[in-house]
Amino acid sequence: MTDTTMTYQPSPEAVKARAVLLGRSRWGFAEIAFWLLAAACYWLFPTKLSLLSEIAILGLVALSIDLVLGYAGIVTLGQGAFFGIGAYAAGLAAKYGAGVAPWSDPVIGLFIGGGFAALIGFATSFLVLRGSDLTRLMVTLGVALIVDEIVNQTKWLTGGSDGLQGVLPSPVLGIWEFDLFGKTAFVYSMVVLFILFLVARAIVKSPFGLSLQAIKGNPLRTRAIGMPVNGRLVAIYTISSFYAGIAGALAAQTTQFASPDYVAFHRSADALLMLVFGGAGHLYGGLLGSIIFRTMQDVLGNITPQYWQFWLGATLVGLVLFVRGGILGLLANLRNRATRNGGAK
Amino acid sequence: MLRRQILTGVGAAALALAAFPALAQETVKVGLILPMTGPSASTGRQIEAGARLWIAQNGDTVAGKKIQLIIKDDTGAADQSKRLATELVVNDKVAVLGGFGLTPLALSVGPVATQAKVPAVIMAAGTSTIVASSPYFVRTSFTLPQNTAPMAQWSAANNIKTVVTLVSDYGPGLDSEKAFKAEFEAKGGKVLETLRAPLANPEFAAFLQKAKDLKPDALFLFVPSGQGASLMKQVNERELAKAGIKIIGTGDVTDDDQLNGMGDALIGMITSHNYSAAHDSPENKAYVSAFLKATNNMRPNFMSVGGYDGMALIYKALEKTKGETDGAKLLDAMKGVSWTSPRGPMSIDATTRDITQNVYIREVKKVDGQLYNVEFATIANVKGSN
Amino acid sequence: MLTILLDGIAYGMLLFILAVGLCVTLGLMNFINLAHGAFAMAGGYLTITLMQQAGVPFLLCLPAAFIFAAVLGLLLERTLYRHLYDKTHLDQVLFSIGLVFMAMAMVDYAYGANQQIVNLPDFLTGRINFLGASIGVYRLFVIVICSLLVVGLQLILTQTRFGSRLRAAVDDGRVARGMGIDVTRIFAVTFAVGSGLAGLGGALGTGIISFDPTFPLKYMIYFLIVISVGGTTTITGPFLAAILLGVADVAGKYYVPAVGGFIIYTIMVVVLILRPQGLFSRGPAR
Repeated sequence: MTDTTMTYQPSPEAVKARAVLLGRSRWGFAEIAFWLLAAACYWLFPTKLSLLSEIAILGLVALSIDLVLGYAGIVTLGQGAFFGIGAYAAGLAAKYGAGVAPWSDPVIGLFIGGGFAALIGFATSFLVLRGSDLTRLMVTLGVALIVDEIVNQTKWLTGGSDGLQGVLPSPVLGIWEFDLFGKTAFVYSMVVLFILFLVARAIVKSPFGLSLQAIKGNPLRTRAIGMPVNGRLVAIYTISSFYAGIAGALAAQTTQFASPDYVAFHRSADALLMLVFGGAGHLYGGLLGSIIFRTMQDVLGNITPQYWQFWLGATLVGLVLFVRGGILGLLANLRNRATRNGGAK
Repeated sequence: MLRRQILTGVGAAALALAAFPALAQETVKVGLILPMTGPSASTGRQIEAGARLWIAQNGDTVAGKKIQLIIKDDTGAADQSKRLATELVVNDKVAVLGGFGLTPLALSVGPVATQAKVPAVIMAAGTSTIVASSPYFVRTSFTLPQNTAPMAQWSAANNIKTVVTLVSDYGPGLDSEKAFKAEFEAKGGKVLETLRAPLANPEFAAFLQKAKDLKPDALFLFVPSGQGASLMKQVNERELAKAGIKIIGTGDVTDDDQLNGMGDALIGMITSHNYSAAHDSPENKAYVSAFLKATNNMRPNFMSVGGYDGMALIYKALEKTKGETDGAKLLDAMKGVSWTSPRGPMSIDATTRDITQNVYIREVKKVDGQLYNVEFATIANVKGSN
Repeated sequence: MLTILLDGIAYGMLLFILAVGLCVTLGLMNFINLAHGAFAMAGGYLTITLMQQAGVPFLLCLPAAFIFAAVLGLLLERTLYRHLYDKTHLDQVLFSIGLVFMAMAMVDYAYGANQQIVNLPDFLTGRINFLGASIGVYRLFVIVICSLLVVGLQLILTQTRFGSRLRAAVDDGRVARGMGIDVTRIFAVTFAVGSGLAGLGGALGTGIISFDPTFPLKYMIYFLIVISVGGTTTITGPFLAAILLGVADVAGKYYVPAVGGFIIYTIMVVVLILRPQGLFSRGPAR
């Protein structure tokens, strides 16, 4: 920080670019309200805390898909693989690490789960670098199905179809014990979600994040201007699998078991649905999608335990037919209409 | 905006729920967690119908308390079972949990029952180890070893020397395989091969062909309730009987729910099980006709009696405690209860909390133009687990 | 040995017959229609209803299932699907999954959740010996029908005026329209045929597998695997892919049961890595 910077005269373009970059990372009123409301749920819905922590975990998975789909344009139907790997890794750590000081701590468990998932994510990221949407969809799905089969086959380790039982994580940071009401689970999941959200927000608004969006827009041209396209994609895919792994670890710790169902096709599909439902490419889409999707499922399921799927399906169909860009698209539409009406008056 | 409306809706629902405990003195809530959608949905439907039939027949008050049944759909996913169990205990303050369509679903609820000290009645899941996993589990369904061992004994006594087993590759299937092999080989038979098909499996060709090529005297089958039809269709197609291989299995395969559609090729198949809709007793005749009437002609299967007897057990326990709903007291009242169910005499073992009941050897026969499992031998008072 | 091969081919044919309609809608019209299984389920349940309630012969049920599913497809295409041709693939996925959920709940409401089965007529049951191997008559029947279908569809696509118009409409709708081709009608007809084929697949499937309301989701993975391994630009690609997958699966489960479950998925991943556009595809993937 000496003379060189003093004499440096930024070009007007650079100033503009700087303003754009900074402006992008400012917090809006809606964003702050969203997180305050999320925190307030602890007092607003004290009887629904376990559902809320489940929503937070699903939201995290959807967020992890948003990183690769919404920002880098890679469609994935295999996020369940990383979710499951994270869940089993953290579950096994809690089960066999019980009493061995650091290993059974849930926070360490998160890193174990996320770490293993990231490792596998890195190894398989090379499979999704080329091909069409359908190809990527099927390759990621194939990886998830293989992981599912491995879980089923390694009964001695994972408990096979009966699931991994006896996962008893110690209190979070040695202080907060997981309780039946789900209080600890809720606060723990929300804090983890919030921290990871902040990190994701920083990532997508960084130059790295912008370069991803450039790749999504036109990979060929981006490569032509000297961007290491494959490297960037590998990096974001690995980060995304780390996120999904952490979500899995959270799930294993808060529900205290893991089952092959965590790796199953419908997990990956549901998470993708929630993201598209909410609107991809805004970070909040996945969170909104999981909130609405799961709340609807719960409410409808209480009204009609047998046929709730019909109404959920009808909602999806209606949303696609009448709205572009998911729930966030709907909200943006409404806002536009409101301002237009306001202007007319 | 939309989100806020939904949230207010949820808020109102939560308030409504919170208002309920005030009524709890008069109402006893029973929460059934069942797979009502997804691959195991038929299990959930049968149990719900059975439980509702018991209430319809015996009134919704017992020992001065009104019984309220709450049904929750866990879609067959274990994390949902666990969450719903927690919510039922914490929010709805249920006195008893029940249901549990599959082994992993029951196992996931165990810690909740233990922690909350609420009895949980297993009405379907059949792996023997479940009951031991929580001191609050009680079972009114069956266990696989309980139903399988008599089949092995019958086979050994009826000139079957070699057997190939084919089971679904999960807890109950392996339980069944193990029980059959142990009992059959103890009686001098030989199990040539133990085949395991993946749980979600549309195609059995490879396994059945392998069984056929090994030329055993009999092929022993187990698949969970709801999958028997697919399997038997392919068994018939492969003409194992023509190759001199006898088809035997547990009654899960010749499930009453589907048996009638499986075709005449099944006639003569021998199975062992704890319940048949054709069980010859006045209790069962009354049960079957009432069930058919209540469900628009759905034939009751072994899952339905699990639900029916589960409610029976809860009623009997409440009578014993004179309406007291304390978990430990209810649990104590359940231990050792015995009565005559549509399936025959049954009791809850006082030490293991597992079910003791008769197991029957049955043959598929045509009765009045319909296929039934007709019982021809009884092994009395078989214990569920030791 | 030969028996296993024949069983594998027959299983492959079952996969193919269920997937061929999707091959038409996805491959030719570039529409990701995950509700394909719902049309197959419609055909299957129609067959079950006709045979069990009305005593209609099985062979008559097959064309009935085709027509029923085709009409259903046409109605949905005219009312709903046509609004989605220009939407993104993700919107199409969301939409068609929504349809699947609705279809599952409706079938559940009408038929209940238990598995439904049909009993085949006598002349389609039993087994026949063939070069020392034995095969179920019904499986042979399915193999024959599938082979005829492939030849027929391929001829229609490549040799008829409709086929060339369809290819033109898919490749560039605007230009095709400019040339006086009624693209809207061609798409409607093609979609109806795709749905009809799904219905036929479902009807044929009743002879081997049983039906319950979860059918469209349970078999979705298999449809997609066949289509993606075979490539989406031809009919013969998925046909060959289905045979390959069927034989590999059955043989794998027979000879090496421990890894049997992995085989289909591993083949799929390996094929897609080596040839992202599918094994038998010509030209680049769309």
